[in-house]
Amino acid sequence: MNGAMEFLLWTKGPMFQIALGIFAVGMLARLFEILLLGRATNHAEARAGEWLPGLRTVFTRTIPDPGTFRRAPFDVLVGWVWHLGFIIVLLLSVPHVELIAGVFGVSWPALPNPVIDLLTAITLAGLVAALLHRLLHPVKRRISIPQDYLVWALTFAVVLTGYLAYHRLVEPYPLALGMHILSAELLLICLPFTKLTHIFTTVFARWYNGAAFGRKGVRS
Amino acid sequence: MAASQTLAEQLRAQGVSRRGFLKFCAATASLMALPPSLIPRIAEALEAARRPSVIWLSFQECTGCTESLTRSHAPTLEGLIFEAISLDYHHTLQAASGEAAEAARLQAMRDNAGAYLVVVDGSIPGPEANPGYSTVAGHSNHAILMETVEHAAAVIAVGTCAAFGGLPRAAPNPTGARAVMELVHDKPIVNISGCPPIPMAITGVLAHYLTFGRLPELDAYRRPLAFFGESIHDRCYRRPFYDRGLFAESFDDEGARQGWCLYRLGCKGPTTYNACATQRWNGGTSWPIEAGHPCLGCSEPAFWDAGGFYRAVSVPPRVNAAALLGAGAAGAALGAGTALAARHLTRDEQQHREPVTVEELEKKL
Repeated sequence: MNGAMEFLLWTKGPMFQIALGIFAVGMLARLFEILLLGRATNHAEARAGEWLPGLRTVFTRTIPDPGTFRRAPFDVLVGWVWHLGFIIVLLLSVPHVELIAGVFGVSWPALPNPVIDLLTAITLAGLVAALLHRLLHPVKRRISIPQDYLVWALTFAVVLTGYLAYHRLVEPYPLALGMHILSAELLLICLPFTKLTHIFTTVFARWYNGAAFGRKGVRS
Repeated sequence: MAASQTLAEQLRAQGVSRRGFLKFCAATASLMALPPSLIPRIAEALEAARRPSVIWLSFQECTGCTESLTRSHAPTLEGLIFEAISLDYHHTLQAASGEAAEAARLQAMRDNAGAYLVVVDGSIPGPEANPGYSTVAGHSNHAILMETVEHAAAVIAVGTCAAFGGLPRAAPNPTGARAVMELVHDKPIVNISGCPPIPMAITGVLAHYLTFGRLPELDAYRRPLAFFGESIHDRCYRRPFYDRGLFAESFDDEGARQGWCLYRLGCKGPTTYNACATQRWNGGTSWPIEAGHPCLGCSEPAFWDAGGFYRAVSVPPRVNAAALLGAGAAGAALGAGTALAARHLTRDEQQHREPVTVEELEKKL
């Protein structure tokens, strides 16, 4: 009877706990494993330090070198656009800021809703473009595995349901909001076990790369 | 009032002018989102309408719904229209009591079989609950409800308790409280939720029924769309502050004094559908958000259990921090264990490796 509201309360209550729990177990297990395994010991004499080049690479690799941009302008541009849109909407929309404040006790100013709305629309368009490119580009299609599509679907579902909920395109509203929260929880659950882990491992991977090159005295 | 009198005759007898009556019809038409061309039809239908017999059943309720209807802004045209129905049974309002009261209910059911309206306020202990939780004249609420709705034309569930179970149904629901629509399945049901509901929503539904002979268009929760079609949030006069990100952070800060958005103070406007923002209360004087208090979401299902009146809509009811820390620690231990086991395995393999030379391999071939 009260289905939609009970669904919303379930996604906000027990399901949120479960998702957060699985995420905490999975993500910390993965991170501790990766960090404690470390790299194979390099017995060669170091030509330079590791830390500074490592840290520098964390930042420099964020911006694509001109060669990469020339070879794959679409990937660089669309990738940047939707990643940025996603991160801004995630961290700076009013309900999200409230959620973070409610769970972790830290808060910051939020962006006005029309701005968030526009960024969400751009992110959605970017994600659709990314999927089309993956399907139409012969090389991309061949190197794509089912998980790539799963990860795309999880990400797209979160943004789409958020957009639908904000514009009240699903009736009744508690169902729309519940769908958004549930898709975010599914993303959280899958995060440690799929390519989505890059959200956390990108930084370490880049540092390892930069450190390895730095040790050899190579600028990367 | 004689049941045979038409509404027009009664209103005239009570000193309501034709002009005043038409104004009411126009207001009803606009409220119900009907075109102006229908105003004469509403007037015609209402003038000719015989007072429908209404049986008002009060179960697990607080009388707030009746208070809201009768004492909010009397005497008004809405009040007169409401009096103009033949309210044949209502605990609080009827003069008769005891056996005579119950006899009036049975009489009305017999005389108007198939045509009377049943208004229910309050939740009902379900058939599986102890019938003794709430009784009238020795009969359980459930038995009275089922008996009364059997020959009813339609059922109107007034208030959140009747519509969704309301406060009595809040966890752990000690009396097994149920909503009307969980128990009655073969009659048209209209839910006019709210704690209490807006009086005009009730008179509006009755006027619509008198005019068109059927119930108005309903939403997914069987609430009249004319009153529950839009969220509080979308019609809130403080909405521009939400969109601009201007919030009251406490009840006495600068934002609260400036009348900024109450989202952060727990306003349930975004998830609540009701007409408070447009109809307001006490004859259009004010409404909760205008008075500086966040919307509680009283017209929605499970509003009492929706996790803290003063927590923002997007915030989960509670996060079990200890369990989360435990899960994190378990994850860390698991990861560390795996890594150490892998390292140990590698070291073990290195220590016990058995080198094979090319010559040895060639000998085996």
